[in-house]
Amino acid sequence: MPVSVKNSQVVYDALKELGVGLISALPETWLVHLIRMADDDPDMILVRLAKEEEGVGVSMGAHLAGVKSAMLMQNHGFLASINGIVSGAQLFRIPLLMLISHRGHMGEADPWQTEGGMLTEHVLEALRIPFDHLDHPDTARHKIGEAQTLAHASDRPTALLLCRDLMWEAA
Amino acid sequence: MRRLEALEAIYPRLSDCVVVTIMGAVAAELQSLGHRPGFFYLQHAMGLASSMGLGIALSRPDVPVVVLDGDGSLLMNLGGLTTMARYRPPNLTHLVFDNESLLSVGGFPTATSTGSDLAGVAAAAGIPYSVRVHELPTLTAEFDAALDADELRSIVAKTEAHYEPPAATSGFVTDLGLLENRFQFQRHLASL
Repeated sequence: MPVSVKNSQVVYDALKELGVGLISALPETWLVHLIRMADDDPDMILVRLAKEEEGVGVSMGAHLAGVKSAMLMQNHGFLASINGIVSGAQLFRIPLLMLISHRGHMGEADPWQTEGGMLTEHVLEALRIPFDHLDHPDTARHKIGEAQTLAHASDRPTALLLCRDLMWEAA
Repeated sequence: MRRLEALEAIYPRLSDCVVVTIMGAVAAELQSLGHRPGFFYLQHAMGLASSMGLGIALSRPDVPVVVLDGDGSLLMNLGGLTTMARYRPPNLTHLVFDNESLLSVGGFPTATSTGSDLAGVAAAAGIPYSVRVHELPTLTAEFDAALDADELRSIVAKTEAHYEPPAATSGFVTDLGLLENRFQFQRHLASL
């Protein structure tokens, strides 16, 4: 599978190093290794969701209960979570660390991903959610740490877009 | 059974738990009985009270967690029942007040008014124990049993579609600020 195991490990190790103890996830192709790593980790609470918006509630509960969390989702899952983000996490000032696979952008060959890919950054901007791009393994750890720091300092969601250059490798 | 009567009946045991409620009448009525620092009122984010309860219960397995849900809210997040059932934290109790109505927004009937059975949905989702109750003594007995059981349980309490704003409540708005509630609740959990 051309999804990068090595770079998925870089992202997972960063989450562990940053004290993330709960990950909510809904599978998509780019996230398969990350989800397996969480599943194989006896010290990680992995919550497999039916729909991504549930993960907002789960992360809200985890935060108020003292556990740092991260959400793994595709950008279409982010789009499906917006009410929870706005009237849950933002209204109640809850830090969310969202790792969003940035499907449907440059290089995307699947036609069904393209509409969401073009919208994702605009929607993040409209929601005033600070975001950064994870596109290289050398900077991923640093950027994830900065996103978590800002989320907790501001008590608001922040997002990292998992980009093709990081998640996908030539077969 | 009226929801306020039901809340009064379970209040003594609720006050020993961490409680997450949905918005609207449930939140206002529980506050009218006496706010506790372990009560969090999810005003808005409809459907996510049960997901929040799941997140708390998984993060703090040592703390008993109660979710006070409603038919309208639960119908917005039926998939969440399958997620709760998947992880089935034994310290979580899920109580659904089912008045077959979206009472806070004009009383429009929900799908439970035409036969959708939330206790049946919960059972089919894989919740280890679910029950529908119509009478107050049955509710209190089931609620006590759920708190004492080392098992995730869903109780669907059929209640009247009735709401009178309690004293000091304007419509559904109480004098407890959303963020005041949120930070107090977080500190309370940290102290347990």
